[in-house]
Amino acid sequence: MAETLFQKVWNAHAVRTLPSGQTQLFVGLHLIHEVTTPQAFDMLRQHGWGVAFPDRTFGTVDHIVPTDTQRRPFVDLMAEEMTTALERNCREFGIHLAGPAEAGGAGGPGSPGSDDQGIVHVIGPELGLTQPGMTIACGDSHTSTHGALGAIAFGIGTSQVRDVLASQCLSLDPLKVRRVDIDGRLAPGVYAKDVILTIIRRLGVQGGVGFAYEYGGSAVDHMSIEERMTLCNMSIEGGARAGYVNPDDTTFAFLRGRRFAPQGDAFGRAVAWWRSIASDADAPYDDRVRLDAASIEPTVTWGINPGQSVGIGEPLPSAPGDEAVDEALAFMGFAAGSRMEGTPIDVAFIGSCTNGRLSDLEEAARIVRGRRVAPGVKALVVPGSRRVSREAEARGLDEVFRRAGFEWRGAGCSMCLGMNTDRLEGRQVCASSSNRNFKGRQGSPTGRTLLMSPAMVAAAAIAGHVVDVRTLLDEVPA
Amino acid sequence: MTPDAPAAGAVNVITGRGIPLRGDDIDTDRIMPARFLRATSFDGLERHLFEDDRATRPDHPFNDARFAGATLLVVNSNFGCGSSREHAPQGLARAGIRAIVGESFSEIFQGNAAMLGVPCFAAERQAIERLQTLIELTPDLTIAARVDSGLITAGPLRLAAALPAALRDGFLSGQWNPTAMLLDRFDEVRAVADRLPYLNGFDFSCFS
Repeated sequence: MAETLFQKVWNAHAVRTLPSGQTQLFVGLHLIHEVTTPQAFDMLRQHGWGVAFPDRTFGTVDHIVPTDTQRRPFVDLMAEEMTTALERNCREFGIHLAGPAEAGGAGGPGSPGSDDQGIVHVIGPELGLTQPGMTIACGDSHTSTHGALGAIAFGIGTSQVRDVLASQCLSLDPLKVRRVDIDGRLAPGVYAKDVILTIIRRLGVQGGVGFAYEYGGSAVDHMSIEERMTLCNMSIEGGARAGYVNPDDTTFAFLRGRRFAPQGDAFGRAVAWWRSIASDADAPYDDRVRLDAASIEPTVTWGINPGQSVGIGEPLPSAPGDEAVDEALAFMGFAAGSRMEGTPIDVAFIGSCTNGRLSDLEEAARIVRGRRVAPGVKALVVPGSRRVSREAEARGLDEVFRRAGFEWRGAGCSMCLGMNTDRLEGRQVCASSSNRNFKGRQGSPTGRTLLMSPAMVAAAAIAGHVVDVRTLLDEVPA
Repeated sequence: MTPDAPAAGAVNVITGRGIPLRGDDIDTDRIMPARFLRATSFDGLERHLFEDDRATRPDHPFNDARFAGATLLVVNSNFGCGSSREHAPQGLARAGIRAIVGESFSEIFQGNAAMLGVPCFAAERQAIERLQTLIELTPDLTIAARVDSGLITAGPLRLAAALPAALRDGFLSGQWNPTAMLLDRFDEVRAVADRLPYLNGFDFSCFS
């Protein structure tokens, strides 16, 4: 019988049907970080449980880790405490940790630490830990990112982190599968970020509840793995706990040679299996939707959830009596029917698990090269991982950004969620390449977030206000 | 509101006073802003529930003394969307919330709440709005929510609500915390690991 990738992967990992009727699902890769795990390890100790599969568990620090300097001990004492707790837990239970420098480690204070440290959803794929056909769980809702390589990956809470540590399993109900086809070609200046914002706008922030999104169509076929990660990353913003793209030659080429990818002969055998777990051509879907890639414009959010966006050429909605629209417009201080173009910004943030990878920085640098950040705008680039940072530096991108007036930071989640000192102040408006524009998300209860592609953030930083990146692209030699 | 340990054992009838919180798409950043995740335990989270919303809205229900000590939270659609932080339902449970009744919930939030023994009941918008209005008018009213039948009763109001079947059965049997079940037949877990191609050098053809 024809099946989707979701069904094949689910069935391969199903241990048994629990008395509750839910499935006991084996988790092939468990990624952990400093913020959603300390309580889970404490619960393990309380019950006297061990970690069932420490070699299928991999840790890093990203959420609270400072990005201005990562010398240990951190000036932020809570960042230091949470990092130390993760280091202790990983040592105690034999888990590999791609951490920062250790406070009292062999290298001494300020030593470089692991070259692998970075945002958990950036390092998983770049180390080759993330592979097609796996089930992947992590105490972070953007775990859906890993679906870009054909894995079924989803976010879990801390009690479930405890369960996965103890048993390598979760108790879950299967998801339905919605096929989302994006056909045609994206125009220059239009990116995967614009595609996913458009999907969420069309299907709603709740439209994906109960579904995994399978992205396909010719536009997705032509996307790089990094672009597919941006797409899958924000599935959860549309309510879909998981999103994925079927593995193809692009996927296999991406994985070849990565440290934790199969090596030698095993790689060929792996490719054969990876091909076999892709959705069958006649697989049944619970729902199908289709988008025309060519109709998508550079897209910007105007409200307080990621579904509230417009194309740069469109007016904001005018919907008298719609409480959600009224609340969002009032919070943002925008007028119904106005346009986003020209909206002044105070901060420009390029980074996050959505758009903090090398290709994102390259696209932004194309816009920034030879230009200056507008006076009064605080602009920062936070690479998604130390590897992204090294590769960008090898290409001279750090200098491009610095010369333009951007700050060039260490790897971490930073201003996406405002857990470290990178936060908005007061009613600042931030052009952000991150994933959530919720009230208070970037660390100031009244701060305002405009989500957009990294190239659009770069353009806004230069102009000092929201601008159509295509007007700047025209002046850039291709 | 007094801090309390999350529930333990079978959960069926939840009774107590209600607290209405109107609005769609209330995300977990609003329920528990990220700066309160800067801790290695969940202790004291109940003090920071909706902290930023409460600061900007003096009339926020969680500022309203009439609703202090409430047991049932009544919300609208897509409650708990966004971040998977369990700190949000932990804060609610520690503030004494034992059940949430709403139009709909984010999947991750509903699952996280269930892990704490807190059922999230879904009902139709009109019924929810009537219940919210009733609580606003009579905050002292005792409300009862039944896991087995999904019936919510509040004075003259009776409304039909639903729980996913597996969560319902888990609450009724006391097995809403699944760790013991997941560890119960560990040989079967090993058996799955032993036949997954990517854990065995891709030396298997059983999935081709």
